[in-house]
Amino acid sequence: MTLKFYETEIGARLLIGTALYPSPQILADAVKASGSQLVTVSVRREAARERAGQGFWEIIKTLDVHVLPNTAGCKTVKEAVTTAHMARELFETDWVKLEVIANDDTLQPEVFGLVEAARILNGDGFKVFPYMTEDLGVAEKLVSAGCEVLMPWGAPIGSGQGLANPMALKTMRAYFPDIPLVVDAGIGAPSHAARAMEMGYDAILLNTAIAKAGDPVKMGRAFAQAIEAGRLAYESGLMEPRDMASPSTPVAGTPFFNIDSA
Amino acid sequence: MKVIVNGETMKTRARNLDDLVAALGFTDAKIATAINGDFVPATAREETRLSENDAIEIVTPRQGG
Repeated sequence: MTLKFYETEIGARLLIGTALYPSPQILADAVKASGSQLVTVSVRREAARERAGQGFWEIIKTLDVHVLPNTAGCKTVKEAVTTAHMARELFETDWVKLEVIANDDTLQPEVFGLVEAARILNGDGFKVFPYMTEDLGVAEKLVSAGCEVLMPWGAPIGSGQGLANPMALKTMRAYFPDIPLVVDAGIGAPSHAARAMEMGYDAILLNTAIAKAGDPVKMGRAFAQAIEAGRLAYESGLMEPRDMASPSTPVAGTPFFNIDSA
Repeated sequence: MKVIVNGETMKTRARNLDDLVAALGFTDAKIATAINGDFVPATAREETRLSENDAIEIVTPRQGG
């Protein structure tokens, strides 16, 4: 089954942020090595003399991938909506990773503002990818607001803690079997990503774990393989864990076997 | 008149947003703009008149997670 966001097919289940890399070249190499087809970007204030944005944009264009602008740092509905509009004009896409942030220490989503901003932006023709908690009530409101993708956090942004609440993520997957679900944020190791994929998540969005690795290019490959492995495992159907041992080698024909001592 | 561009107070003779963007050297740069928290599309900059103490945002593509 192929991955689709808003009717657009995406060729890889690893989605990558573009920040925090040691250099633009390492960013480009890591994205290529990971096979990712979608990267997140942002908008920030420009100083006329620096033209930093222009250089960054040239690099992104050479990657030939889908671009998902975010509203990172926005704390109010108005900030997020205006940022989304500026991003749509700059990046020429109606996709937006909607972030409305509640708190600087946890960077957790401000879910009331998130739902309101999602409703406004969907009305303005955007295709919204909401960065959210795994709360089912919030998820339902976002779907009602027009969101066709949901992106619950694994753990706080940049924390590398993995899946802080696997039970809630599992419940969410079961509750929304037909909506693309992406674990966004908090992934620190390929094993975290594999676990989410084994649970049936459709894709993983991460940044710091690759950008801040000792070798980001190699780590990009590591995540790609873990995510592919997790997806294959999900499609294959994992065995049910059980409490007691059960021999895998046939018992019948065991040498020295004595029925009385069995 | 006094305006605030990307958080910095400055004086300008520009009458509209398009003039201000040009005066600041952004004419051919890849930018998007907002005034007082509201988005102003590139096509509307010329008709967007500036007022004293307007807060203007001029943004560009940047790395993001």
